Amino acid sequence: MSRRIPDSGIRGRRPARQPAHAHLFAALGDETRLALVGKLASGEPHSIAQLTSGTTRARGRKLTRQAITKHLRVLEKAGMVHSVRAGRENLFHFNPESLRTMDEYLVFVSRQWDGALARLKAFVEE
Amino acid sequence: MENKIQKRIELKASAARVWRALTDSREFGEWFRVKFDGPFVVGEPARGNITWPGYEHLRFEAVIQKMESERYFSFTWHPYAIDPAVDYSQETPTLVEFQLEITAGGVLLTVTESGFDKIPADRRLEAFRMNDGGWAQQIGNIEAYVAQNP
Repeated sequence: MSRRIPDSGIRGRRPARQPAHAHLFAALGDETRLALVGKLASGEPHSIAQLTSGTTRARGRKLTRQAITKHLRVLEKAGMVHSVRAGRENLFHFNPESLRTMDEYLVFVSRQWDGALARLKAFVEE
Repeated sequence: MENKIQKRIELKASAARVWRALTDSREFGEWFRVKFDGPFVVGEPARGNITWPGYEHLRFEAVIQKMESERYFSFTWHPYAIDPAVDYSQETPTLVEFQLEITAGGVLLTVTESGFDKIPADRRLEAFRMNDGGWAQQIGNIEAYVAQNP
């Protein structure tokens, strides 16, 4: 196994193999969807009603059931969650495999470094 | 086995300035978002409180490995090992290295984090188990990523 995330972002260089992750990050590129993934990643399946009552936007604004449903469909399309019919409602489950691979983890840590180094640059150049 | 992240960034500042921003714990904490209990000492743990909004209750810990003035600085840590209920001490830490090269315009800084192959698979998911507020912090990075990789 030999994997490596090359330089990225800061100097505007386009990393060779990251487009493969783009769908995943696009799915996560929204505060509400990140919150939903955070909740479902605990391993417990949740109904839309549970997710609606427990998810607020920045500044505490509540989201509608329709809005939550729309976000869940985006996550479903990206393969991050799937739903199972349970009686009269759908229960949403998290797909850990979608984020479990080393590559995805490295991309995540890599993003953290981009943020930290951008702050370092601003700090020493001010 | 190679499993590492490497970043290069040009800094328009003197090597002395960059060195201070990396090895003075107060300055490092400014941009890394940690308030350290004391200075960085080679061979010693460096501990502090995370200053990210929403994470202030969490502790940061690294062990300072090497300091070669204005050239090389390294520490080991457990990346995103923030669950207070988990004992990470038995896990192999990753190594973070900063290398400074003087250029015409300032300093070319290379950051390398290696040793990810030793991190248990289940731990990789932990970053995604952070609370809702923490995730909001990532949006800027992820948005930038998406913009660059349509």
